[in-house]
Amino acid sequence: MSAVAAQYRKLQELGAEVISFSVDSHFVHKMWNDHELSKMVDGGVPFHMASDQAGNVGRAYGVYDESQGIELRGRFIIDPDGVIQAMEVLTPPVGRKFAESIRQIQAFQLVRASGGKEATPAGWEPGKVTLKPGPGLVGKVWEVWKPSME
Amino acid sequence: MAEQPQGCARVSGSVEGAPPDTQPPQELTKPQESNRMAARVGQKAPDFTAPAYYRGGFTSVKLSDFAGKWVLLCFYPGDFTFV
Repeated sequence: MSAVAAQYRKLQELGAEVISFSVDSHFVHKMWNDHELSKMVDGGVPFHMASDQAGNVGRAYGVYDESQGIELRGRFIIDPDGVIQAMEVLTPPVGRKFAESIRQIQAFQLVRASGGKEATPAGWEPGKVTLKPGPGLVGKVWEVWKPSME
Repeated sequence: MAEQPQGCARVSGSVEGAPPDTQPPQELTKPQESNRMAARVGQKAPDFTAPAYYRGGFTSVKLSDFAGKWVLLCFYPGDFTFV
């Protein structure tokens, strides 16, 4: 979570907020922030660290592991209408790549701003070519995009 | 965001619209029940209210209060773990 906290400013620039969840109490969140995370991130964790001790929220999102009593590493991107646009779930030993969450938010924001007229090809990043699906693009993607552009 | 009184009850997050007295599942042989509300892309995110630590204080956080903003929702196995 410190990786997200350290780059929180980037999310704010995109108009995005963060909510984190584990089965620990909010009191333990405070201790973790005060005694460890604040030593990795100036000023400590800047977003809501929420508590899901009974696993209710994790169950609703399909990430609560009943056998271990923990939340899996689930990450969801929710749009301004409250619709889930992306989800990723990892087992505990492998951490996420925060830059990929940023990239996906940027891509979903571009698609939303275009009213669905544009789509982002594999590996898209801001400044790279987008696709404009329509009759003229059928069978012609090769003219505007190649795997080497990823 | 108002500071909330902190009791000794073991408070937890809850899903909006769920039965108020949600018991932990007694029969672990029925995991499919937990999939009833499973989140999917393109679908409305399940709304929730949960106790939270936020910038030095204790508060409560509700997903629908963030309507109009993009939200990155991150679950992780536990505080003081290593990844």
